[in-house]
Amino acid sequence: MNRQTPSPAPVAASVADLLAGPSRVVTAGVDLLADALDAQAVATDRVDWRPPPSGSETALRAVLADSRREQANAEAVARVTSSGAVLVDVRPATDVLGLAPGEFLHAGPPLMWENASGPMRGALVGAMFYEGLAADEPGATARLARGALDGGGAVSLSPCHSRGGVGPMAGVVSPSMWVFEVEDPGSGRRSWCSLNEGLGKVLRYGAFGDEVSGRLRWMAEVLGPLLQQAVRRRAASDAGPVDVRQVVAQMLQMGDEGHNRNRAGTMMLVRELVPELLELGADPRQVADVVRFCNGNDHFFLNHVMPACKLALDAGRDVPGSSLVVAMARNGTEFGIQVSGTGDEWFTGPADVPDGLYLGDFGPDDANPDIGDSAITETAGIGGFAMAAAPAITAFVGGDSDLALATTRRMYDITLAEHPVFQVPILGFRGTPTGIDVVPVVRTGVLPQINTGIAGRVAGTGQVGAGLVNPPAGCFTEALEALAARVPPSS
Amino acid sequence: MSEPTTRTAGASSEHVEVRHGVYHDSVTLLAASREVAGVEGVAAAQVAMGTPLNLDVLASMGFALPPVATDDLVVALRFEPGADPEATRETAAAALTAALSRRSGGGNVTVDPARTTAAALRRTPAPVALVSVPGSHASAEALDALRAGSSVMVFSDNVPVADEVMLKHEATQRGLLMMGPDCGTAVVGGVGLGFANVTRPGPVSLVAASGTGAQHLMTLLDAADVGVRHCLGLGGRDLSADVGGLGAEQALRVLAADEGTELVVLVSKPADAGVLDRLRALADSLGTTLETAALGADEPDLTQAAERVCERLGVAVPAWPAWSPDDERPGAGSPGLLRGLFSGGTLCDEAMAVAARTLGPLASNIPLEASWPRLDASGPTALAAALAGAGHAMVDLGDDTLTAGRAHPMIDPSLRLEAVAAAGADPRVRVLLLDVVLGHASHADPAAEHAPALTAAAQAAAADGRRLDVVVSLTGTRDDPQGRDAQAAALTAAGAHVHLSNAEAARHAATLAGGTP
Repeated sequence: MNRQTPSPAPVAASVADLLAGPSRVVTAGVDLLADALDAQAVATDRVDWRPPPSGSETALRAVLADSRREQANAEAVARVTSSGAVLVDVRPATDVLGLAPGEFLHAGPPLMWENASGPMRGALVGAMFYEGLAADEPGATARLARGALDGGGAVSLSPCHSRGGVGPMAGVVSPSMWVFEVEDPGSGRRSWCSLNEGLGKVLRYGAFGDEVSGRLRWMAEVLGPLLQQAVRRRAASDAGPVDVRQVVAQMLQMGDEGHNRNRAGTMMLVRELVPELLELGADPRQVADVVRFCNGNDHFFLNHVMPACKLALDAGRDVPGSSLVVAMARNGTEFGIQVSGTGDEWFTGPADVPDGLYLGDFGPDDANPDIGDSAITETAGIGGFAMAAAPAITAFVGGDSDLALATTRRMYDITLAEHPVFQVPILGFRGTPTGIDVVPVVRTGVLPQINTGIAGRVAGTGQVGAGLVNPPAGCFTEALEALAARVPPSS
Repeated sequence: MSEPTTRTAGASSEHVEVRHGVYHDSVTLLAASREVAGVEGVAAAQVAMGTPLNLDVLASMGFALPPVATDDLVVALRFEPGADPEATRETAAAALTAALSRRSGGGNVTVDPARTTAAALRRTPAPVALVSVPGSHASAEALDALRAGSSVMVFSDNVPVADEVMLKHEATQRGLLMMGPDCGTAVVGGVGLGFANVTRPGPVSLVAASGTGAQHLMTLLDAADVGVRHCLGLGGRDLSADVGGLGAEQALRVLAADEGTELVVLVSKPADAGVLDRLRALADSLGTTLETAALGADEPDLTQAAERVCERLGVAVPAWPAWSPDDERPGAGSPGLLRGLFSGGTLCDEAMAVAARTLGPLASNIPLEASWPRLDASGPTALAAALAGAGHAMVDLGDDTLTAGRAHPMIDPSLRLEAVAAAGADPRVRVLLLDVVLGHASHADPAAEHAPALTAAAQAAAADGRRLDVVVSLTGTRDDPQGRDAQAAALTAAGAHVHLSNAEAARHAATLAGGTP
């Protein structure tokens, strides 16, 4: 017990309001006591309290009593919300990350081939084809399973997050694929994300084969190089690089939420890049193909939003005592989170199947468990957290506009801050709920709300729907235990 | 947000259902259990959260239980022989849904209420939070309030003492008030928090480590037309060496800055001498006039404390109100045993100290002296057995061992009504002494609840050729929602002697038990 008696502060101003007879009282617990206040014409604000999961009490007490936490969280979330993100380059992954043949990155927490789901396996097979490391599916699968190439080189799997980037859905990145790079102008830190392939038979949903490889080749030979020149040209111009963070702020005011709806954001990005593309002096047909490709894919800008979010959240990492969630990601098998105060440790649980709307004849039986690094958007306070800004999203993921409003409002209860730049018009331009705190998630059972695409469970099926999903609660109770274990004894 | 999931188990004459993801407080569940038990075809019913204690209760009722976590809700039903289990279960389920969806009173519940005190205060600030969640979770809510810049009253008991110290340090560092834990009573600017009487405004503020002690002193001062400005609760442990009076120190600082407070009265159970000395020194340094009412065998009782306050303020000490039974019988009759059945621990302590002066040591579950006989009150059944063999005895029915799994006797008198009936059937018992505590949050009409049991007990004794007197210590003010005088009238109509002063009630009861001198 701390025997050190603190020096008393002057009596707080709120105490005068209390002694004048409080006009409002927050009550948590038995209704009878709140009823007694109602009977005295005192307004009561009744907390809908419910017990945290049994077994979490000791860890909760330790973390709540950690005198570092309040300040640590304030600092961590301030770093997140003040981080900038501008589009500075487009390059092959091998140049950015030094990937060698056989090195593959993937979405979510660390994963073994044995545990990989259908779409993840499909994407890895597709990447083997694309890199010319296998000619058929059995060959690719055998090499991935034994972890070695024919020539003896290793086949390795690592999370995109472990290399400072993110990938949507399967998130598979191989050396020859191209990536966008965004930079925080203040610190020079960078983050990256793959180029969005569009819809249909695409690698990120686990499709593989000639069509997939052909598109990836075009992206590496035409799309990537032209975007690289345009982006570099723009960055060198008086206007400076495209400010991704500002585009995100604007898209939220145009009905996008930055995860499952990126239509306005995509249009704004194209608007910024077209003049640069036109002035490159490139083959007009190739330029037209590039513009048509970007314009024809409403999710093209998702792959800029994601690294911008990653960049911001990485700024909030490694603050001792902070219970801020700095990553939420799924590999199709497990859902994992990382927390500022616990370093690079992943806290994982089985990924849930999203609840949503299905395309065509697909149904819940066709759905793969939750997959992708795109939950980085929710971690940064947009996506599902900004649903109120995007009521039209409910036509895609299910629910109605009331659900969109209620979801955003609810997320304020588990977050540390309101974003200074990302705002929700319908809520009076209130900042989006930003910076998930592990502690209220465990205390209330309110889980982060994620809007997501649904991949088919069979490799190569592609997207089967879109919907809503939550992380497993166990990730947060595990993270809480780890935070509790790191509380210094004298705190 | 997880949806509730349900598992069921049990023989066909029983239905046991475990619901995950739902929570209701014990007061609500007790009321719900009663309603479900009243469904036709239901022989027994218990609806409770899966705490170890509740599981023991369910096991003792003979229910076979599947694995249950503490945050699961258990619904256990036993059907009457011959009842249709399926139909009865459905009716019971509907009754339960109705009981649980009915929020008492209120009207301020928003569509989407906050789930933590922090979230509620972030939405709309308030100067104070009132926390009454189970003790192991109360510190989190209290800390939410303090970190949001609001004071807090923690009604919950079973809060670890280390948490209490941590919370009180936090409050002091932020210039806030932390009342409790286990704080039943506070009055701030005329607003009662928890169990509180309606008093008229005046120059006296109380700082109280005893809830019922504070309530009793307030009602005596009210009867003397001395107004009470604030009553700041501390919780029963504050003046112990462990907590060191942290709450009292902060309360004194707050009251020193309060212009309307002219006199501060510190009400406590027996307190650590070093702590009391420090508080007196702090009061001196703050320029506060401090009167202490620390209970103990050789200390002045609360009535004497009220008289001292009157004298300090130059107010005439009144004759403390008392009401005689409608059918008062002359003389004291033959001697016999005294049974004190209290809802307030401090009132029980005080009554024992007074009665012991004429009757000698009394048996109790909270004996005043270590040498006095201790009653086994490990549960209601043990207590009934212990009382059947005891001499003069007084029981604190609000003690933790007796309130486990049920509401406090100031809300739910059922345990006391059983004890009244048992005393009426015990030929050795001559006098019953009860406290009735009025005010906000107490039972809406305790006299109506007690009168039939008191009348029945006296009639049972009379049928047996005995005389059973009932003495009531009535803690209440004229302005309390239940109405002090109306409650006294209903109790005297049921044959009770009623005193506003608990000490006078105890003296009267002791005299009757001692017989005609």
